[in-house]
Amino acid sequence: MVDSLVVKSGQIKMSTSTKVFNVISYVFVAFMALVCILPFIMMISGSVTSEHAIRFSGYKILPKEFTWEAYSLIFKNPITIFRAYGVSFYITIIGTILGLFLITMTSYVISRKDFKYRNAFSFFFYFTTLFNGGMVCTYIFYIQYLHLKDSLWALILPGMFNVFYLLIMRSFVSAIPVALIESAKIDGAGEFRIFFRIILPLLKSGLATIGLFLALGYWNDWYNAMLYINSDKKYPLQYMLYNMLQQTQALAKIASQAGISVQNLPSNSLKMAMAVVATGPIILLYPFVQKYFVKGITIGSVKG
Amino acid sequence: MGKHLRNLGHEFKKNRALFVMIAPAVLVVLIFSYLPMSGLILAFKEYRFNLGIFGSEFNGLDNFKYLFQSGTGWLITRNTIVFNLVNLISSQALAILVAIFITEINHKYFKKLTQSIIFLPYFISWVIVGTFIYNIFNYETGVLNHVLQLFGLEAINVYSMPKVWPFIIAIFNAWKWCGYNSVIYIAAITGVDSETYEAAAVDGANIFQRIKNITLPCIKPTVITMLLLQVGRILRGDFEMFYQIVGNNGQLFNATDVIDTYVFRSLLQNSNLGMTAAATFYQSILCFAIIMIVNAVVKRIDKDNALF
Repeated sequence: MVDSLVVKSGQIKMSTSTKVFNVISYVFVAFMALVCILPFIMMISGSVTSEHAIRFSGYKILPKEFTWEAYSLIFKNPITIFRAYGVSFYITIIGTILGLFLITMTSYVISRKDFKYRNAFSFFFYFTTLFNGGMVCTYIFYIQYLHLKDSLWALILPGMFNVFYLLIMRSFVSAIPVALIESAKIDGAGEFRIFFRIILPLLKSGLATIGLFLALGYWNDWYNAMLYINSDKKYPLQYMLYNMLQQTQALAKIASQAGISVQNLPSNSLKMAMAVVATGPIILLYPFVQKYFVKGITIGSVKG
Repeated sequence: MGKHLRNLGHEFKKNRALFVMIAPAVLVVLIFSYLPMSGLILAFKEYRFNLGIFGSEFNGLDNFKYLFQSGTGWLITRNTIVFNLVNLISSQALAILVAIFITEINHKYFKKLTQSIIFLPYFISWVIVGTFIYNIFNYETGVLNHVLQLFGLEAINVYSMPKVWPFIIAIFNAWKWCGYNSVIYIAAITGVDSETYEAAAVDGANIFQRIKNITLPCIKPTVITMLLLQVGRILRGDFEMFYQIVGNNGQLFNATDVIDTYVFRSLLQNSNLGMTAAATFYQSILCFAIIMIVNAVVKRIDKDNALF
């Protein structure tokens, strides 16, 4: 970047060391990109390779014997997978909306300089990142006292409020001029009116950023499902996938739904096809939304 | 006390709406984060399901004694710390390297494309990463063994080699977080005034001198913040990562068991929950102490770099 400026202005030519470094940069970055994308290519290729080819020559970058068999098996009786999709969408949408509501409203309050207890409340939230009850206590509490076993709320509630997102959102809110709030107050607007009519419409990019972080967290969650969900009708997509990868029972179920025996099941390509189906929406969406993640990460790294 | 209450009352009257607005979040955090903390009392009790957390009997420090006398306590503590240190250093180093190289690239589209691709692993769940790892290392259909056979070498069963797993875990951890962390470092590097670089170039500094004397010092505060944030978690294993990579592979437990996976397995088997709570209790307390100490030390050396 700098070198191009210098070269263009014609003052100095690129030195040899710079040239060498430039080549190294390209090679290294290209190598990293390759390492990052190869597993995905193999996953996709594996999902359309015949079972026979996978058994004998393993996963390849390009499918050796092309077939849609795994996908047609999955979508022959798609009720299981559609239900898992439904659960994932449900918890993602409800959780993201509730989380955004909580986080924006709270960040508005703690960013108000005239609110005397804002630091006390901030610490109240921040403390939970320093100290917590851990898996066992949380688990026992959720099950015995909050009765969340096998409830979809057990998938929604834990990830709804996040202190890191609160801090990012606070810096979005702080960017809004205080004068706007003050003049609205002089005009006689109440706090709720100010928040919903003035603050929220100005927070669009903050809402998009935090909303996407929340949504990604919900979509990729399998851990809470593993702890709290018993009935397979309530499995979200990632946990269903995990089960399929781990247990032959889950595969056997698909086989029986498709009306073939387990031995004839193309289990390897089926697993890959399931992984593609579960990751598909993210891979398709992320090029368009990654700028929001970049923004959020950048803000988050500058401690607020 | 009376004065405080009067102040609170006064503030409440003045900003009633703000209190109402913050109430839902306070309630949520209270119920889902603070109340479960009271369960840590289990560390000093013999847990009986029918008696619940509060009805079970106290047994002093027995749980801690069992945990450490059995050797498990030391093993999982050591593993957790070693893994976190190795993962922390390797992932940050890789991210810094990638960030420095990416900012040196002039070609706009190449830069954008590669950056996007390196960011991709951040977006997928550990379940998928676990699948990738299985695809590479499993004995029969894994990529590794097919490549080995291609070169006429013998196939190896990586799943029965506990020694290599710390490396596999470190590599995939660095791989998954590289894009995320490099975003932070790229932002720090591009935040450096470009005139500084130009002046250095005019003065005849070569690229290595510029990186050493300008780039690295400029990203130092960022590095310190990142390390601080992670050091506070030095005793917390990334459960999702360990569980998806190692899973229920008993052969690998000695080499890869961290506090969090140990706690989970005990929970699953419903075995001595008091002992697991003891592990959690000691983990939480130590984490808290470490972050407080480290922060205090940093504050003394360089006030601007402290976390709080």
